Amino acid sequence: MSSKASSTYLPAGLPIPVAEPDNLSAPYWTGLRQNRLMVQRCGHCHTWQFGPEWLCHRCYAFDPHWTEVEPRGRIFSWERVWHPSHAALRQHGPYLAVLVEIPHAGGVRMVGNLLGDPMQAVVIGADVEGVFEHRPDSDPPSSLLQWRICQIASIP
Amino acid sequence: MAGTDRTLRGRVAVVGIGETEYYRHGASPDPEFKLALKAILTACNDAGLDPREIDGFASYSDDRSDASRLAAALGTRRLRAATMQWGGGGGGCCAAVANAAASIVAGLADCVVVFRSLAQGQYGRFGQATGIDTISGEKAYLMPYGVLAPPQRFAMRVQRYMHEHGVRQEALRAIALASYHHAQANPRAVMHGKPLDAAKYDASRWIAEPFHLYDCCMENDGAAALVLVSEERAGEFRHKPVYVLGAAVGSGYRAGAIPHNSPLYASASFDTVAPDLYRMAGLGPSDVGVVQSYENFTGGVVMALAEHGFFRPEEANEFLTLENLIAPSGRLPLNTSGGNLAECYMHGFELVLEAVRQVRGMSTNQVKRNDVAMVIGGPMVTPVSNLLLGSDAML
Repeated sequence: MSSKASSTYLPAGLPIPVAEPDNLSAPYWTGLRQNRLMVQRCGHCHTWQFGPEWLCHRCYAFDPHWTEVEPRGRIFSWERVWHPSHAALRQHGPYLAVLVEIPHAGGVRMVGNLLGDPMQAVVIGADVEGVFEHRPDSDPPSSLLQWRICQIASIP
Repeated sequence: MAGTDRTLRGRVAVVGIGETEYYRHGASPDPEFKLALKAILTACNDAGLDPREIDGFASYSDDRSDASRLAAALGTRRLRAATMQWGGGGGGCCAAVANAAASIVAGLADCVVVFRSLAQGQYGRFGQATGIDTISGEKAYLMPYGVLAPPQRFAMRVQRYMHEHGVRQEALRAIALASYHHAQANPRAVMHGKPLDAAKYDASRWIAEPFHLYDCCMENDGAAALVLVSEERAGEFRHKPVYVLGAAVGSGYRAGAIPHNSPLYASASFDTVAPDLYRMAGLGPSDVGVVQSYENFTGGVVMALAEHGFFRPEEANEFLTLENLIAPSGRLPLNTSGGNLAECYMHGFELVLEAVRQVRGMSTNQVKRNDVAMVIGGPMVTPVSNLLLGSDAML
């Protein structure tokens, strides 16, 4: 179906994300499949933590809880990638990757692609909102979290 | 025991260095292990040392040339130290020397070879990520978004640093130009005979903004090694001994928080490691005559030099000019063999060998102030490491 071809930012064939054999990050990847952004937050001292770990780095409580977070943030850094470091990206042209900081989740950061024109001017500090990108046909099925510039500026 | 007693300062010396011919990736006629053997034998020959006297091996980045296999191949009479530095890729290039030095100072071994062997043609390139179906851990948060290979993994860190401190592209360019300038006088250099100027840099393709092609290290085949002995034996060999004045390894608070979640993000990871080095050596930035600073990417060199106190980040644009960075008498001659960009990507170990040559007075780009030479290993990774080497005048 032609709409499927344009529904993912990067072409199929890149490595597919899965949880580790010990399932440390499984709640994160399962959450993305369900349009939910899940981040660890310690049930004891409420410290945010991402990427996940078995231990809260602040108070040493084991098994920090997973909390749903609204997928909004601001661009902390970015890059425009030209050189294809994978066969799936040959002939693809430039693409944008961004590092997004999530202020309402303790400032944790995540990497995604910035949707839209790959040649757009990117401004550090710009507000972005998350877009869940589902890949039901990957093996195993997977979902990513992408970002796009917020059309309405958030209240500072 | 007083902390001042626990030091490497002046306790060990490099007495031999050697490397293979350096090749473009895939161009080595020899397999990786044979390259390691050749480099080690060359280093022993440089020292005038019977290779059977080696009793330890140290390396980093999971070097595949295993210490026990080396010991068997070389007829090592007894193996007493075999140390591998965890993680950090080229960030271990100085740590491997520190670990070897510590083995000697602690009495575990007497004569340790430190080396790196790498045939990217034989085992696959760092710059390509093809052949992976599923991925977990840190790379799962990066690779599906096209953040696959080192240029993409480090470009955002440098972009943030440039944003925070107003660093311009010209500062990165000066680092590339200095490496290529020095490579033109170094016949070992893979880029010998291939000069670079500002116009060629500016016209070169982007790899990942803010990195042009010439901001990125090469990928090569080769091996390099050095021989380390205790200070008591340092005078027994063919060349002037080059002493370890200080070494440090590690990284700051939660530098390893993935993915891209280290609190001090726009950093080369030397915030704690640079002060440790100066403290051990009893020296400061103004004592350093020449620096070899690992260039995975030029932007990391900017950060690493600033974190070692050679300039404040806000001064990077004025400090980092070609004339300041070149031998024999620039303000801070940098990467005087051509380094990872233009001599050979020997995963930073070629930088350690060049620092030894500078102190000996035998570099192809010899600096005037050569009593203290610094090596900085692996910016922007964790753990990183660094070294100060010096002549007997510094003891």
